Amino acid sequence: MAEIVIQNLRKEFGAFIAVQGSSFTIGDGEFFMLLGPSGCGKTTTLRMIAGLEIPTSGQILIDGQDVSRLPASQRDIAMVFQMFALYPHLNVRKNIAYPLVSQGVPRAEVARRVAEVARILQIEHLMDKGVGGLSGGDRQRVALGRAIVRRPKAFMMDEPLGALDAEFRETMAEELRALHDRMGATTVYVTHDQLEAMQMGDKIVVMNHGVVEQFGTPQDIYDHPATLFVADFIGSPAMNFLPFEGGFAPGDVSVTLGGAQIAVPRLHEATEGRKLVLGVRPEHVTLGETGALRGRVLASEYLGTSQIITVETAHGPIKARAPSGQPARLGEPLALSFAGPRLTLFDQSTGRAFLTDANAGVHHG
Amino acid sequence: MSGVSSSWSVTEPSKLSKWLAATLVLAYTLITLLPLLWIISTGFKSGPDSISYPPKVVFEPSLEGYVNLFTTRTRLGAEAFAALPPPETWYDRIVRQSGMVIAGPSRFGERFLNSVIIGFGSTALSIFLGTLAAYGFSRFKVPLKDDLLFFILSTRMMPPIAVAIPIYLMYRQLGLSDTHLGMILLYTAVNISLAVWLLKGFIDEIPREYEEAALIDGYTRFQAFRKVVLPQAATGIASTAIFCLIFAWNEYAFAVLLTSGKAQTAPPFIPTIIGVGGQDWPAVAAGATIFLLPVMIFTILLRKHLLRGITFGAVRK
Repeated sequence: MAEIVIQNLRKEFGAFIAVQGSSFTIGDGEFFMLLGPSGCGKTTTLRMIAGLEIPTSGQILIDGQDVSRLPASQRDIAMVFQMFALYPHLNVRKNIAYPLVSQGVPRAEVARRVAEVARILQIEHLMDKGVGGLSGGDRQRVALGRAIVRRPKAFMMDEPLGALDAEFRETMAEELRALHDRMGATTVYVTHDQLEAMQMGDKIVVMNHGVVEQFGTPQDIYDHPATLFVADFIGSPAMNFLPFEGGFAPGDVSVTLGGAQIAVPRLHEATEGRKLVLGVRPEHVTLGETGALRGRVLASEYLGTSQIITVETAHGPIKARAPSGQPARLGEPLALSFAGPRLTLFDQSTGRAFLTDANAGVHHG
Repeated sequence: MSGVSSSWSVTEPSKLSKWLAATLVLAYTLITLLPLLWIISTGFKSGPDSISYPPKVVFEPSLEGYVNLFTTRTRLGAEAFAALPPPETWYDRIVRQSGMVIAGPSRFGERFLNSVIIGFGSTALSIFLGTLAAYGFSRFKVPLKDDLLFFILSTRMMPPIAVAIPIYLMYRQLGLSDTHLGMILLYTAVNISLAVWLLKGFIDEIPREYEEAALIDGYTRFQAFRKVVLPQAATGIASTAIFCLIFAWNEYAFAVLLTSGKAQTAPPFIPTIIGVGGQDWPAVAAGATIFLLPVMIFTILLRKHLLRGITFGAVRK
């Protein structure tokens, strides 16, 4: 059980900056997601917490103790690797027992704890098999067993579901979350899959190009993205972006977009003379007879419980999530209206969201 | 999970082509094994049989060659020979048949032992140093890594014997001439480049995750190397060891140049048998046959490692 504090963490590989000045706190017992596209620095961050990479600068505190220069073996952290990394020359039982053997735990105690872990993970029937012939899911369970048998301060997981088949991933994700709820240990989980992050995480850090873009709960990150990158990366289909120009003052409650007045959450900042982007989630677009913008139906995708209707407008194509029963004929003219309190206004040059009534309380990167 | 590669041809080859392939392989095998069969059979021939023309394929086997290999013999005068007590052992009897008596053991045993000490000693040292160096080159940031690796390889770009004279002079100065240590160091120096390059290739293939898992599981870097990397590298170590041993075992030129007495290996010794009691081809062939055995046994013992695939299926790629 541990709280992990990351302070101004930075890692350079030669001229390449993998992580630049990250700071965030992983609460005790949290299921914490490091989310971002490949090459964004999330795995490097995880490896620095685990002790497999030494930071160029900055601190990692585990329960208040600075561990940033300690070797991995002294940090009392367990890790589950994407490729499982089970020791191929040992059978399942020995793989799980390995971390205990290194600590010199007495033989009887090792046997007892390995058996307990096998029961929790329901792999008792596999214990004497080699790891080579196991299925992906069973390998994953063995890797988890090797991690939990030690009762470490925290778990690091590097895309542990990435190597599994899609159908099995769902089941494993549920098992992982259930296991975490049962053990209550701090878990840091790296993924590039936004759905996985939303589904499992208590908190999410979104990273891009080595920079922390946003840090918060899944709800905050989805509803109030701090940057254009986060808005685009989270959500499927992605948020609609309507670029426009204009200047607005603190206290304004609407913006003018192509002559139409569109209600937005009350602004806390001035947007004087800048290029702006209005961000609208597809589910906050209503199609009907009247509305701020007009357009023609370009395409529709049927998703079962809902459908995505793409409407061509003067500001580019806009996707709307509509009930699956709503008729949408191609080429049909429609009006679009937006759910005002749910909109986000971005600065196009910096990509940052302006502070409004809606997102003022949300952490930014 | 299927272990069968998808690159197998889908159509079964015809019966004729299978037969043809088998015949070709068999014929080639026979041709390559012929010299070996010749040496082994000559070792069991009598002196006259060994030089008869056309060569005898069917002959009465004799251990004369082996006895001659391990003994020195003298010819006695007719009276002294007649006055001898009857031969006590089977090898006495064989020697008496050609009108001689055993004067003592030959040097072959010692020379063979020298070969074993120097061959296996230099192999062990090459593998020990080579594995550590290969691991370092494979896993750590080494300044001038590429240049160092090239430098190590460059020692192979000329025949080792090209430096025979400087080494001869150096060894005389250092007192390493005709010593086991000198020969072990020399063969290690020649083999180390091969060992580093081969082993680096094998260690590069071992995913780093295994060591990282061990590091996180509470092991030090060296423990992780010993308990996780070494078992994985067994295949590479075995095949590298075979290559090193074959070189050190068969090496002739340096052995002739640098050893004469107590550290002389078998390769320079075997030809000297020819000069001792006329052209004793059965003894030479017997020496060559015995000389072949250790490398053969070593290779057979390590065969299972050579054939086993590396890290089969434990990491999903």
